[in-house]
Amino acid sequence: MQFLSPATLAEALAAKGEQPDAVPIMGGTDVMVELNFDKHRPPALIDLTRIAELREWRVEPGHLRLGAGVPYTEIIDRLRGRAPGLAMAARAVASPQIRNRGSVGGNLGGGSPAGDAHPPLLAADATIELASARGVRRVAAREFYLGPRRTARQDDELITAVLLPEPAGPQQFCKIGTRNAMVIAVASFALALNGRTREVGTGIGSAGPTPLRARAAEEFIAAELDWDEATAPAPTAVRRFGELVAATARPIDDVRGSAEYRKHALSVMARRTLAWAVTDYRKEIATCA
Amino acid sequence: MRVTFEVNGREVSADNVWAGESLLYVLRERLGLPGSKNACEQGECGSCTVYLDGVTVCSCMVAAGQAQGRAVRTVEGMAEQGASGEARLSVIQEAFVEAGAVQCGFCTPGLLVQTEDLIARTVGRGRGVPEDAAIREHLSGNLCRCTGYEKIVEAVRTAAERTEEGAR
Ligand SMILES: Cc1cc2nc3c(=O)[nH]c(=O)nc-3n(C[C@H](O)[C@H](O)[C@H](O)COP(=O)(O)OP(=O)(O)OC[C@H]3O[C@@H](n4cnc5c(N)ncnc54)[C@H](O)[C@@H]3O)c2cc1C
Ligand code: FES
Ligand code: FES
Repeated sequence: MQFLSPATLAEALAAKGEQPDAVPIMGGTDVMVELNFDKHRPPALIDLTRIAELREWRVEPGHLRLGAGVPYTEIIDRLRGRAPGLAMAARAVASPQIRNRGSVGGNLGGGSPAGDAHPPLLAADATIELASARGVRRVAAREFYLGPRRTARQDDELITAVLLPEPAGPQQFCKIGTRNAMVIAVASFALALNGRTREVGTGIGSAGPTPLRARAAEEFIAAELDWDEATAPAPTAVRRFGELVAATARPIDDVRGSAEYRKHALSVMARRTLAWAVTDYRKEIATCA
Repeated sequence: MRVTFEVNGREVSADNVWAGESLLYVLRERLGLPGSKNACEQGECGSCTVYLDGVTVCSCMVAAGQAQGRAVRTVEGMAEQGASGEARLSVIQEAFVEAGAVQCGFCTPGLLVQTEDLIARTVGRGRGVPEDAAIREHLSGNLCRCTGYEKIVEAVRTAAERTEEGAR
C-alpha cells in the first residue's frame, strides 16, 4: 500500500485519476476504522490534509463556499450564522476529538445514509463541487445520493467544496440516538424555511437506503404556512406534515431501531422542527419590520 | 516509509512505517511512548487522545503519514518540572489522583489530555471554570469503565479552579 501526500489539489487529482481505487483520507474518522480492522486494503491512500484550499471557507456572492475538509469544530465555532442547519448537525456528530478531524467532505465521500451532514445539505439545497483531472462540475445535493453508499461522485473525482446558499430563513436539525454524544443517528431530520422563495426544504437521515428529501411534505407545508405573519400553523396541518415526512421514509429494522419507530420518530421530529422554525421565523420578521 | 515529526517538543523518526498504520501505533510500538492507550481503535473511547498541531484528536484515527512534519503532544509531555528540575505531576494530574478519578487508569491519559484542552479553552481564555455540563460535554468522547465519571468531573473542576487561582 502506498501513502501519497499531494501538496496541491492538482497533484491529488492527478493521483486519483491514475489510481481511481486509491482511497482519499481527510479526517480519517471513517477510513482509519476500516484500516485498523483490516476491512479494506486499498492500493494507496491519498492524504488530503496538506491541500490548503480544502481546509478553507469563504463567502461568495449568494453562498458560503465550504472546503470539503473543513472540520466540524470549525463549522460549529465559526459558521453557525451562515450554515445554521449544518452547524447544528455538526454539533451532533460524535465527540469533540472526532469533530476536530471529521469533515463534511468525508461524510459525503462515505455516503452513509446515517451521515449527519446530509439532511441539512438536502434541506438547504446545497451544491456539491466535484473535481477531477478532467475538470470541475457541480451537482445539487438533492441529486447526489444515488443508492446505498453510492453517490454521483465518479471514481476519479474528489469532493472539493460544498456551496451553501445564504440562509433566507430559519434552519433546524434534530437527531435521535441513545445518548447525547457519540451516536450514529437512529433517525434524523433537517428543515429549512426560505422566506424569499416561500419554499420549505427537508432532509431525512438514517431512514432509507440514502438520505432523502420529503418533497410532498415540503410542498404541502409551504402552501399552508403564513409567510407574512408567521402565525403558528393549524395543528391538523402540522400533523399532516409529520405524516407526509414519515411516509417518505423507507427505513429498515436494524440494531439501532425498528422501521416503525423510525417513522414515528420522524413524524415527531418534523413537527418539532417545524414549530421551532416557525417561531424563529416570527422573530426574524419582527426584527426586520 | 519513514515518518518524522515532533513529539513533546522533540523531533523523532520512525522507520518501516506501513502506509495504513495509525499515529497511535507509531507512538506506542515504534517510539516507546505507551502513555496513549489503545482500547478500541475506532475513535469511540478517547483513550488515545493526543494533540496534533494543538488540536485534540484520537491518534488511532490519524494515519501516521498525516503526522509527518507536524507537532504531537502526548500525556508523556504533561508532567511539569519542579524547582530542581525533577519531573512533577501537573495540576490536572494531581487533581485526578487526589479525587480518586483513576482506578485501572486505562482511560486516564486520554482524559488528562482532553481535560487540559478544556481548561485551556475556558480558564485559559478568561472564561472561568467550566460548568459541569460543559465538562461532561468536552469529555463525552472519553469512556471510563471504572469510575462512573463523578470523580472525574470533580477532578476536572478542582483542576480548573486551581488553574484559575494560579492565574490570578
Ligand atoms: C467514534 C465515531 C463516531 C462517529 N459519529 C458520527 C456521527 O455521529 N455522525 C456522522 O455523520 N458520522 C459519524 N462518524 C463518521 C465520521 O466521523 C464522519 O463520516 C466524518 O464526516 C468523516 O469525515 P473524515 O474527514 O474523517 O473522513 P475520512 O475518514 O477521511 O473519509 C471518509 C470517506 O470519504 C472519502 N473522502 C474523504 N474526503 C474526500 C474528498 N475530499 N473527496 C472524495 N472522497 C473523500 C474517503 O475516501 C472515505 O471513503 C463517526 C466516526 C467515529 C469514528
Ligand atoms: S483507541 Fe482511539 S479512540 Fe479508542
Ligand atoms: S479508570 Fe478504568 S477505565 Fe477509567
